[in-house]
Amino acid sequence: MPSLDDLKKRIKSVKSTQKITKAMKMVAAAKLRKAQENAEKGRPYSQKMQNIILNLTRSISDPENAPKLLVGTGTDKTHLCVVLTADRGLCGGFNSNICKLAKSSFKKILSEGKNLKIITVGSKGLDQIKREYEKYIVKKFSFKDRKQITFKEAEIIGNEIINLFKKNEFDKCILFYNNFKNVITQIPQAQQIIPADKTPNKENEENLSYEFEPEEDEILEDLLPKNISTQVFKAFLENAASEQGSRMTAMDNATRNAGDLVDKLTINYNRSRQASITKELIEIISGAESL
Amino acid sequence: MSEKFSIEIISPDKSILKMETSEVVIPSFEGEMGILKDHIPLITFLRPGIINIKAGTEQKFFVEEGTVEFSNNNLLILTSTAVEVTKMNKKFIDSLISMSEKKLDNNEISDKERYLLSYKLETLRNINQ
Repeated sequence: MPSLDDLKKRIKSVKSTQKITKAMKMVAAAKLRKAQENAEKGRPYSQKMQNIILNLTRSISDPENAPKLLVGTGTDKTHLCVVLTADRGLCGGFNSNICKLAKSSFKKILSEGKNLKIITVGSKGLDQIKREYEKYIVKKFSFKDRKQITFKEAEIIGNEIINLFKKNEFDKCILFYNNFKNVITQIPQAQQIIPADKTPNKENEENLSYEFEPEEDEILEDLLPKNISTQVFKAFLENAASEQGSRMTAMDNATRNAGDLVDKLTINYNRSRQASITKELIEIISGAESL
Repeated sequence: MSEKFSIEIISPDKSILKMETSEVVIPSFEGEMGILKDHIPLITFLRPGIINIKAGTEQKFFVEEGTVEFSNNNLLILTSTAVEVTKMNKKFIDSLISMSEKKLDNNEISDKERYLLSYKLETLRNINQ
């Protein structure tokens, strides 16, 4: 049985932890609103970009000579996996969920006898992945010092991917990130960006014959690299919103748990205080009786 | 029947403009292009220049690059650099001009870049007047 003093100390320390988690929750909630707004504002651009590319793909006349970014290199021997995670921890299962998904894909790729290359963005993902897959990591990015991720950062990564592709370093590129659905649900996702995803979405079924200026291939040549940066940027935005959402829920849970713990400890404290008083009384009474 | 169609300008981080208009002039890669209602479906990209939206009053946007899609009377402009001309101050324009001039002095740039830069300079100088 811990002494009264010990219990008092524990209650105090749990209370101060609760204060910290509560503050973190507030901060995350405030940041979440902004991040969510950004993610929602960014969605149309990447969606429309994808649509244009789909339309272009459909009307391309000579698929044999189409840009490789679109149709792929013809083989799929080497896979490049880009894993986007946060730079900060204490956000529930956010980072581990992405890593779990990524690792299961890594295993699959390797078991099929294919080559694997990894680019990590964000330090938390790097920490988790390098334990098992360090030798496959070709490049690591971290934007810890930036307050907000802008299109420029996405472009840096986009350009790196394209450079590697031009050097024939890989055949297939997959992006891992968390898709922000709502505050409590974030779905880890694997999105293939090279070769471009060609599954049409429902709202755009109609087939229009477009006029192109300049030629299709020239437009594609220009558009495809841009699309890669755009998709990376979209993943960034979704990730940022997911991170804050995930942190908010995690911290909310922590605050609640701390509250429960304080209640339990307080009951314990009161009980042992009562017990010691009773014990003292009994001692006094029985002492008086024996006289 | 109304002669209007919708125009949307979207940048990676936000939607800049969404409205109805009757005529838009865009600086397409191969020359200025006017778009009216019921234009045939079109995909093209932009060189530096001014997007001019004529819906009663004129609204002008400076762009450096972008992609344009027109389909079903919906004009979609994807660009990361659209700025409304009236919101550009002289200092900002001057800094852009000097930056482009510096790049243009570099002999290593390709013909395409040179072409794009010269248009950028011209547009910026015109705004500055």
